[in-house]
Amino acid sequence: MSLLTVQNLQQHFPVRGGVFHRAVASCKAVDGVSFTLRQGETLGLVGESGCGKTTLGKAIVRLLKPTGGSIQFDGHDITQASARAIRPLRRHIQMIFQDPAESLNPRHTVRDILEEPFIVQKLGSKEERRKWVLDLLDKVGLPASATDRFPFEFSGGQRQRIGIARSIALKPKLIVCDEPVSALDVSVQSQVLNLLLELQREMGLSYLFIAHGLSVVKHMSDRVAVMYLGKIVEMAPSEELYRNPRHAYTRALLDAIPVPDPAKRRKRQLLQGDVPSPINPPAGCAFGHRMKHPKWQESVGQDLTLREVAPGHWVQPCPCCT
Amino acid sequence: MSLSSTSAILEIRDLVTAFDTDAGRMTAVDGVCFDVPRGTTLGIVGESGCGKSVTAFSITRLLPQPHGKILGGSIRFEGRDLVSLPLEEMQKIRGSEISMIFQEPMTALNPVQTVGRQLAEAILLHEDCPKAEVLARSIDMMKKVRIPAPEQRLNEYPHQLSGGMRQRVMIAMALINKPKLLIADEPTTALDVTVQAQILELIADLQKEMGMSVILITHDLGVIAEVCDEVAVMYAGRVIEKAEVRGLFANPRHAYTQGLLQSIPRLDSTPKSLLKAIPGNVPGIAEFKPGCRFAERSGRVHTQAHLTTRPPFTEISPGHFVEQCPICVA
Repeated sequence: MSLLTVQNLQQHFPVRGGVFHRAVASCKAVDGVSFTLRQGETLGLVGESGCGKTTLGKAIVRLLKPTGGSIQFDGHDITQASARAIRPLRRHIQMIFQDPAESLNPRHTVRDILEEPFIVQKLGSKEERRKWVLDLLDKVGLPASATDRFPFEFSGGQRQRIGIARSIALKPKLIVCDEPVSALDVSVQSQVLNLLLELQREMGLSYLFIAHGLSVVKHMSDRVAVMYLGKIVEMAPSEELYRNPRHAYTRALLDAIPVPDPAKRRKRQLLQGDVPSPINPPAGCAFGHRMKHPKWQESVGQDLTLREVAPGHWVQPCPCCT
Repeated sequence: MSLSSTSAILEIRDLVTAFDTDAGRMTAVDGVCFDVPRGTTLGIVGESGCGKSVTAFSITRLLPQPHGKILGGSIRFEGRDLVSLPLEEMQKIRGSEISMIFQEPMTALNPVQTVGRQLAEAILLHEDCPKAEVLARSIDMMKKVRIPAPEQRLNEYPHQLSGGMRQRVMIAMALINKPKLLIADEPTTALDVTVQAQILELIADLQKEMGMSVILITHDLGVIAEVCDEVAVMYAGRVIEKAEVRGLFANPRHAYTQGLLQSIPRLDSTPKSLLKAIPGNVPGIAEFKPGCRFAERSGRVHTQAHLTTRPPFTEISPGHFVEQCPICVA
């Protein structure tokens, strides 16, 4: 059985304007996303800025209230659950943020930061919690002397380790990792990626791994979903997606990645234009619309629900891009 | 071949740039040497705090004042030493012969002036030019950077443009006076990959068309591999390796360059396999040592002498220079 089942999830935001501040349009940040995630599995979520990947992550940890669809976590429907109802489940769903400098309270010591999850969940005595904090630091490779220091005393990579320690404190089942290494130096990124891989093996964690860099996502994930303008356009096992991309947008993303090997320099098929706005998105296939594909008209009004074209390989069936 | 070549448009020798802070003098760039051959692209790659941006600001003499100072060395551009040039002379060179583009176009553009006015300013700072010609040149440059409907865009403000379009406007401003050298400091870091590919190709096309030289500063080895002719790898204020791009990627000699190339996830690596990470953190400027600065992260035993004496920067094969710490360069 899957740990997380997301069905036709929608997260729309009203765009207000005019004299009476009424909703004049709707920003469809996430618009009909479905996927499942098994225990111990990593699903990578890749796409450009504004495609809705962070919003999707926030909706799943229920920092947002979805406007449609459903999220089933471990047998519970958490889509519309109240804050009180969801609190016991929160310990099983955690999040790691992109910028550890902004997601750690600068006035709290590392001990305060790492103790807080236990206090919120009313777990352990003071002595037990102190011991757990030391265990956590050890797990993420920080010295015990870190406990009484403040976040600013650490480098970016060490701060991200503190963020990771906080997220694993309650032994969660699922961690949403939102761009966990994009703010870090290149030589430190691989340390943090390795730590995430090791913790996953040790604790049987499931990850929803969100990033804009396809090479990082592919390295970290069992399966990868490609998002474009609020929708998943393709989802497949990592190797399969890389070897056999079916959707034109996936191919364009793969082609745009700079390859760190000058012997493989090539002339690219450049994408034209920018990512369109999710406010009043075009009808039909949004990518076909950006490409001004001659067959885009045919996709309007067509059912664009993902279809399985090979085992585990799902793609949006539109006449222009697949 | 020696480090110096007559065809170089820019020759930097032993550049030392420091900042005076409350905690004392901090040397951000510590004896950097490199050339930029005419018409080519030199990539400078390194992590935060390695001195790559400070090197760029030293070339354009745009160091934050009064804290930033060039303490030694020379920067020869077309026969003139930029380090000793009077400020008025430097202002004439900036924006006409040497131009710069920055990482975040939104902070580098003036938010309360139209794109057209900012482009016109770039022209009028350097020459008297009739209004009609300024307009014609602006439109022509907007077309060159492939901005659709340039006549209308000239009347728009930066916030009305997308990130990619803003970076195109920055490039138009930088190139409108046909500079001989363009310094691009992380020009695509804030952009999406598909837009990054467009901007990198645009810079390469314009370089060919206008015959200029480019210094491209980035932390992304992929970008370096795609567009540069030569690469300088910087670490902790020094260039630790410099070579022709294929030579550097095929045969990296310094332990840091090797470690960096091995640590990045690649599209053809096995998913979920552990990466070969470089241990430790990038040293802060206050922790810079006189000797080999990569010693403690290299995982190799250095003697006291290696930590106190600066390794020489030597040419170990034609065109391939390395900071020859006997432990880090095996």
